[in-house]
Amino acid sequence: MHSHIDIRLQRKREFLLLWGQPGLFASIIAILSILIVFCFYPIIRLLITCMTDQAGRFDLSSILYVIQKTNIGSALANSIKLGVVVAILSTVIGFLFAFAINRTTMRGKRFFHVVAMLPILSPPFVISLAMILLFGRSGIVTKQLLGIKNHNVYGFTSLVIVQTLAMFPLAYLNIKGVMESMDSSVENAARSLGAGRLKVFLSITLPLSIPAVLSAFLIVFAKSLSDFGNPQVLAGDYAVLSVSAYTQITGLYNIRTGSFMAVSILVPGMLAFFIQKYWIAKKSFVTITGKPVGQVDYIEEKPIVYSLFALCILLTFVIAMFYGTVIWVSLVKTWGVDMKPSLANYQFVFRSGSGKKSLFDTLLLSLIATPITAILGMAIAFLLVRKRFFGRKIMEMASMIPFAIPGIALGIGYVVSFNQRPLLLTGSAAIIVITLVFRTLSVGVEAGSNSLRQVDTSIEEASTILGANNFITFTHISLPIMKSALFSGLLNAFVRSMTSVSAVIFLVSVKWNLLTVSIMSAIESNKLGLASAYCVLLMGIVLVAIVLLDFFMNKAFTRRRRH
Amino acid sequence: MTNIGVGLEIRHVKKAFPVYGSKELFYAVNGIDLSVQAGHLVTLLGPSGCGKTTMLRMVAGFEIPTEGLIVLGGRDVTSIPPNKRNIGMMFQSYALFPHLDVWENIAYGLKIQHIPETEVKKRVGEMLDLMRISEYANRMPNQISGGQQQRVALARAIVTKPQVLLFDEPLSNLDAKLREYMRDELRRIQTEIGTTSLYVTHDQSEAMAISDQVVIMRNGQIEQHGTNQDIYSNPCNRFVANFMGKANFISISSVEKETENRAVADILGQRLAITCTAGFTSGVCLIRPEDIHFDEHGPFKARVVHASYFGNMIEYELAIGNIHLSMTEFGNTSVIAPTGSIVSLRFATDKLRLVPDDKER
Repeated sequence: MHSHIDIRLQRKREFLLLWGQPGLFASIIAILSILIVFCFYPIIRLLITCMTDQAGRFDLSSILYVIQKTNIGSALANSIKLGVVVAILSTVIGFLFAFAINRTTMRGKRFFHVVAMLPILSPPFVISLAMILLFGRSGIVTKQLLGIKNHNVYGFTSLVIVQTLAMFPLAYLNIKGVMESMDSSVENAARSLGAGRLKVFLSITLPLSIPAVLSAFLIVFAKSLSDFGNPQVLAGDYAVLSVSAYTQITGLYNIRTGSFMAVSILVPGMLAFFIQKYWIAKKSFVTITGKPVGQVDYIEEKPIVYSLFALCILLTFVIAMFYGTVIWVSLVKTWGVDMKPSLANYQFVFRSGSGKKSLFDTLLLSLIATPITAILGMAIAFLLVRKRFFGRKIMEMASMIPFAIPGIALGIGYVVSFNQRPLLLTGSAAIIVITLVFRTLSVGVEAGSNSLRQVDTSIEEASTILGANNFITFTHISLPIMKSALFSGLLNAFVRSMTSVSAVIFLVSVKWNLLTVSIMSAIESNKLGLASAYCVLLMGIVLVAIVLLDFFMNKAFTRRRRH
Repeated sequence: MTNIGVGLEIRHVKKAFPVYGSKELFYAVNGIDLSVQAGHLVTLLGPSGCGKTTMLRMVAGFEIPTEGLIVLGGRDVTSIPPNKRNIGMMFQSYALFPHLDVWENIAYGLKIQHIPETEVKKRVGEMLDLMRISEYANRMPNQISGGQQQRVALARAIVTKPQVLLFDEPLSNLDAKLREYMRDELRRIQTEIGTTSLYVTHDQSEAMAISDQVVIMRNGQIEQHGTNQDIYSNPCNRFVANFMGKANFISISSVEKETENRAVADILGQRLAITCTAGFTSGVCLIRPEDIHFDEHGPFKARVVHASYFGNMIEYELAIGNIHLSMTEFGNTSVIAPTGSIVSLRFATDKLRLVPDDKER
């Protein structure tokens, strides 16, 4: 009884303390309200939309319609089947890649690492495009090398190949992170007790990696489930949910049935995300202590090293072939007809009004969205990691939701939420920027939180006790210390903004178009040369951005000399 | 720059934390009353988990008391954020800003207060001189040694002329020799600037060397508060006696009180009159190792179990029957009593104390 009263007094004091820091108080309120409007509200609207009729009355007829009259059942089964197969393949490849780079004396580790990053830094459907160029009806391999006519590249197998190539890097990064922080002295101990390589691997390395493997599996599964770009280009008759939802809305103009389909991918996708985040991540055996990990006893045995090396080379070859094809195709006059080198495709992009416009719009909107995402992400990370306040859990959840749910669902949610006053935003540049910001926010928050957790809290406390308020501490101390997280936050925000498709596809308009959407329609109208040129330009911009950002970040945080 | 400190008062402060997975509360600090006179240095001493750091953090403002008040120079600061309390603090990890050089680290607080540039330069310069680190002004924190980092941290904490200085185990990251040196430096500078200080440590020799007053804490409460000499020679119970220095505890029987502060009891077969704590009824007899002496005519016969030679002293482990005692001999260190030999002992009876056993809390 007594203790109950104690806590109430403490709560009151905590509130008074917050109240005494109006800047902090105001930013918490502001960020919370923004997050509620742009992260929670759209999802709630999405749920409401599929359960009401035109007049807003409770009505389940559209759900019944979808279940009885459409292919939702098979689409859901297809999506899940695709997700499981891709997740298994990606996890296996990612694990082998991570193991080869982390635990063996294999040559070219840095090179292979960069190769694995390529699919992450490029628009999602570059690989799909390459798939069509290589194995399609007039594909280089199928028609020109093998002479097969009318080869049907569309369908399950192609999707599996494309998604695996695009998503194994996620598994790789996740597993690599855990392997790096795994204390290899445990493995050394097993070796010294007489265990052979295989025994060490099976009894130590593998069991310790299981949480990482599971979480890699779930991450890829969720990613495959919510992937829209690749299936839209490559699925053909193999119906998956994200494409079906898109078709319901753009083809049949039925926002209710589309919403329900979006909800039906949202549920398994979010489930996988949150299981990974809150359950598996907690099960991890690895504790990050910041202590340097002991010397790794690298595997030198030739058969192991060479077979892993062969696998890495094979994968590199495939990736190089896919990207090389796209670059090549962009540089010839007419693919399959006139193979002379030419800049015709690029000239077309820059001459046509719409091509130039979408290039410019994409760059402009991404450049606006990027700093907002990064700074907002760091600010949220600062509040989440360093401050205790009412609504902290809500803030944490809200900042994750737009990332956790499939882009198609987010896009439809935004359409149904912001298409009338007072929040009439559809058709504007603002809605695209907002979507890009919140879609990417979570990555920035995550990077910021991770780097803040490694920084001793007392560094910020030292600033506070010297008289700095929260704002000064954040800008003068935390942000410079989070430099590398800020860098990866900015980079991620930019890359994702430049390459996102699913979330924005319903939000582009005549006034504001995006490159990715142009690429998609170029592929759909079979202008593959043009699509390739767009892709190459996009990748070029991303590459330039990485170099420039690296340069400016180094400059901005190099200390100005006093003397 | 002297005596800019003000008094610090802690009035019946409690701090409760929720216990994970339970509705109960854990009291890290459970009713502390303490006042620190202006200009004094008071040490909170106790084992880890006794609540000393939580107490310090409440004074800083990083934690909010569940109950009670914190009063600085007559002003209730309990609900005032840390950046408005005008407090200086030294952290266990030094917490230097890794992206700023030594000069900028020290100047940081002054810049926050919008002190004019010339004044900043002057005061930072003074600090660099006082700490003897002028030559490192342009180094980054990771380019200087632990002891130098320590000085930068101290300079940064005192350059803003805070009303109260807080020390959170500032010496625990240094090696033993440097620790002793820095301890004396800290004390010298603190006395020189005269800032009221609260110092947290679990090292009793550090506490003894540096403080005007020592507060022994356990389980969130104060066990004893006094000068180091007072606590060492008149501990209020077995826990305090054990925590402040080395101690032997001998069980006693047939206690008869003579006066409030004196009792007669049977100790190792001898009946001795010994000073006791106020209100003493039962407990043990405290014998410090340095209060045991070799004496041919001494009443106690003991066997030498083990001897360790330290140069300036010898530490013996002795056994009287099956009771083991530790003894330090500072006088005659040229002869070491051989292991297994039988020696005669005398206790400095006036130094012995009867103290109550610990209450289980």
